[in-house]
Amino acid sequence: MNSDILRVQDLRVYYDTPAGPVKAVDGVSFPLKQGGRLGLVGESGSGKSTTALAIMRLIKPPGRVEGGQILLGDQDLLKLSDEAMRKLRFDQISLIPQGAMNSLNPVMRIKQQIIDIVNSHDGDYSEAKLNESIGQLLLTVGLRPEVATMYPHELSGGMKQRVCIAMAITLRPKVIIADEPTSALDVVVQRQVMETLGKVQDDLGAAVILVGHDMGLMAQFVDYIGVMYAGKLVEIAPVEEIFREPQHPYTQLLISSIPSLESKRLFKGIPGVAPSLLNPPSGCSFHPRCPQVMGHCSSQVPNLKEINPGRWVSCHLHGV
Amino acid sequence: MTKVTVRGQSRILRGNPFLTIGLLIIVAILIFAYLGPLFTDPERAEVGAFKPKQSPSREHLLGTDTQGRDVLAALTLATPQTLNIGLIAGAVGIGIGVVLGLLSGYLGGTVDTAIRVGTDVFITIPAIAILVVVATNVRTINVAIMALIIAMLAWRLPTRTIRAQTLSLRERAYIQVAKLNGVGDLELIAKEVMPNLFPYIAASFVATVSWAILATIGLEALGLGPQNEYTLGMMIYWARFYGAILRGFWWWWAPPIVVIVLIFVGLFFTSAGLDQLVNTRLRRVA
Amino acid sequence: MSELLEARQITKVFDAGGGLFKRDQTVALDDFSMSIIADRPSITAIAGESGSGKTTLARLLLGIIQPTSGDILYQGKNLQQMSQEEWKVFRREVQAIFQDPFEVYNPFYKVDHVLTTPVAKFNLADSRADARELIENALRGVGLRPEETLGRYPHQLSGGQRQRVMIARALLLRPRIILADEPVSMVDASLRATILESLLKLNQELGISLVYITHDLTTAYQLCESIVILYQGCVAEVGDIELVIKNPQHPYTQLLVASIPLPNPEIRWEQGEQRQSKSETAPRGTQGGCKFADRCPHVMDICYDAPPPLFRLDEGRATACFLHKELPTVQATEVMDTLAQRAFRKAQAVPAV
Repeated sequence: MNSDILRVQDLRVYYDTPAGPVKAVDGVSFPLKQGGRLGLVGESGSGKSTTALAIMRLIKPPGRVEGGQILLGDQDLLKLSDEAMRKLRFDQISLIPQGAMNSLNPVMRIKQQIIDIVNSHDGDYSEAKLNESIGQLLLTVGLRPEVATMYPHELSGGMKQRVCIAMAITLRPKVIIADEPTSALDVVVQRQVMETLGKVQDDLGAAVILVGHDMGLMAQFVDYIGVMYAGKLVEIAPVEEIFREPQHPYTQLLISSIPSLESKRLFKGIPGVAPSLLNPPSGCSFHPRCPQVMGHCSSQVPNLKEINPGRWVSCHLHGV
Repeated sequence: MTKVTVRGQSRILRGNPFLTIGLLIIVAILIFAYLGPLFTDPERAEVGAFKPKQSPSREHLLGTDTQGRDVLAALTLATPQTLNIGLIAGAVGIGIGVVLGLLSGYLGGTVDTAIRVGTDVFITIPAIAILVVVATNVRTINVAIMALIIAMLAWRLPTRTIRAQTLSLRERAYIQVAKLNGVGDLELIAKEVMPNLFPYIAASFVATVSWAILATIGLEALGLGPQNEYTLGMMIYWARFYGAILRGFWWWWAPPIVVIVLIFVGLFFTSAGLDQLVNTRLRRVA
Repeated sequence: MSELLEARQITKVFDAGGGLFKRDQTVALDDFSMSIIADRPSITAIAGESGSGKTTLARLLLGIIQPTSGDILYQGKNLQQMSQEEWKVFRREVQAIFQDPFEVYNPFYKVDHVLTTPVAKFNLADSRADARELIENALRGVGLRPEETLGRYPHQLSGGQRQRVMIARALLLRPRIILADEPVSMVDASLRATILESLLKLNQELGISLVYITHDLTTAYQLCESIVILYQGCVAEVGDIELVIKNPQHPYTQLLVASIPLPNPEIRWEQGEQRQSKSETAPRGTQGGCKFADRCPHVMDICYDAPPPLFRLDEGRATACFLHKELPTVQATEVMDTLAQRAFRKAQAVPAV
């Protein structure tokens, strides 16, 4: 763990509703190596986006961080003051949120939006220097410098997303979190955007957390995958091993449900219904749908255990 | 994702101060306007019932006017009249507005152009001008006729609002599905589009009633209201006519104004509260 | 082979407004033809990205919008010339499933509404009891339990359940063709399989032809027999899906297939692939020539002169690319007919299972 840039420990994020707290993230821990690529995978309601927002301390009421630590280097982000955290955002960690390209200010030129980021972080540059830097920045993401003078509606989806990547790396952060960065994009553009992200990451030596549900995309991009289910991490492993030998029953079902070009007409779904986060199943949240369920799965909550170096599973099958 | 049922009325009100205050004021006014007359002897509001120009006292809580009317009694009888005009005109206005707006928004084409151009023409002409012209030319005005005169123009804004919403709803996927289910145009408008317009119709209704009350008071204050029936606007007119302001009879011209202000404050808060409610609902469902 | 639903040389142009002096026109579909045959239930994929015209095609085939030129025919009759009776038949026999499992429900009503309406409108049942039974059977047919589905509001069901109710709705009418426009793209991965399976059952057990419109080649491959690849309103490649995906001939298809993120970390996107994108802002087709010319790594001069016709690569395959200009030309409908005939003969030869 000596080269970990980020360490999340026992993160809990609850949403207060009149019916009780919804445990969106319930005890999530994982490390992120410097320059590494971690994929957080899960279906809707698994808590992956909430985890991303929590790391950036962007959880708003009725959500709240119930507990845990988010260690960036030595600092616990959850203990920082609001002002200190604000300075940290974009400077040390950046987030490319879901639907980012639709959140670009439609009445501001791209240049201005990038300048805003710089200015809000005590950037004090001359006009000429700014223009040059912005030009360079756009080239890094594969866009022509002229894009700086354009408005968002003049750009295609892929271009807008690349602008969002540019904005996220303006201040050369150490960690970039990308939440479903390509969900609305065509497969050709998706590849371009992901390759841009990869290149940018290499240039900066930054670490990336890719949040999503597309296992194919994960396979193509990340080194490590964390599988989330009902607010918890059920498995963390190197990407090759997850695909080759998934250990957790949910991961196994997930992998076998991925359609592939290798065989026709092999439809395999995951039976059952997604669990309620308000009243999660007792014991292991997956037990109602687990094909390998055992007696004590409904009463005991399994812990995340390192079964091999770099390989964690949260399942009673592995004697936890 | 679990939806929290908004069964308890109190739950809505608790989180929505605007709506709570607004409704409280409106309810207070309604009680005053519709229950008040039950406890008021109408003869107290007749001309010459008491000694005129008395300032407020225990016997006459709001004094008497220059015609000898007990002001409080007059106020209690005038308020429901004003409200009636507003409600009737508002209801007629909304009724016409919804029909025109739905047809215009959904059918498009020539129907839409015709209705839209017509509405826009009427919107551009100052209401006051039309209303004054009509009111001066009508022989006798009573509350019902007043309501109809106002209703003549009350439909303009609702038509536009409903049309805009219909245009947007028309493109929804569930409309396509309804078409695939064999549902015809008129039935589609009535059964698929309209139910989703209820919040907008409600908000529009409040706005239209507000406008109608304002328009009626405006006309009445100019003297173009019902001559033989007492409304808030007419009270102001008579007060001015008999120089109550110059002569310092504040208990005559101030109370109707206070009631009018309260009506509008109540309507405004309710409208703002409804708006917040609709938006919160939408947010929660999504 | 008789055509059931046919699109004959349709062109659809949209006016994007642009004011009095400048008319922005978008050509969504350009001289497009295809057909679904009547003799045998088929599963065809229409694949393309946003801007390819596939959604427009779906709406044209459903009769929701009209073509600027060309005809849409159902059982030989032009949609715009149908009588009320004929239209009612068309409406019942050609149904659709849409992409967004939430937007397709009127939030004011319970999900029952979307099932009871067609039963009433098309007189599918004689009594309330019959109607109820019909609906419950349809729900069971897609793997749903009526007790858990009926009486609920749309937001109380999951995306997968909602989509399956929609399939049940389409089922009720016993259509001959179902157009499925991205039916699983907004559904969780674990539920996609169930939905695709339901669709396949519709085809195999009830003999309903499917038109699967998507940008996801992988699920298209899993479900369909033949595929039409659309690029900016024109057919780029058409044929047997096995051939088109495994050995794409059109440069655009090759680009598409190469960009698919394979769920295999051992086989990553190749570095330095030829993906020249000379003009970034997705131009609306080079005027007059092949629409892909600007982005094509094999572009030649001839590509700018005229749009390429479909060249027949073999029995069940054609591509619109001048790289194959020495081959004979063919119409898309011919290719699809050939494929249908082959499949028909195969089905006849093999005894029913």
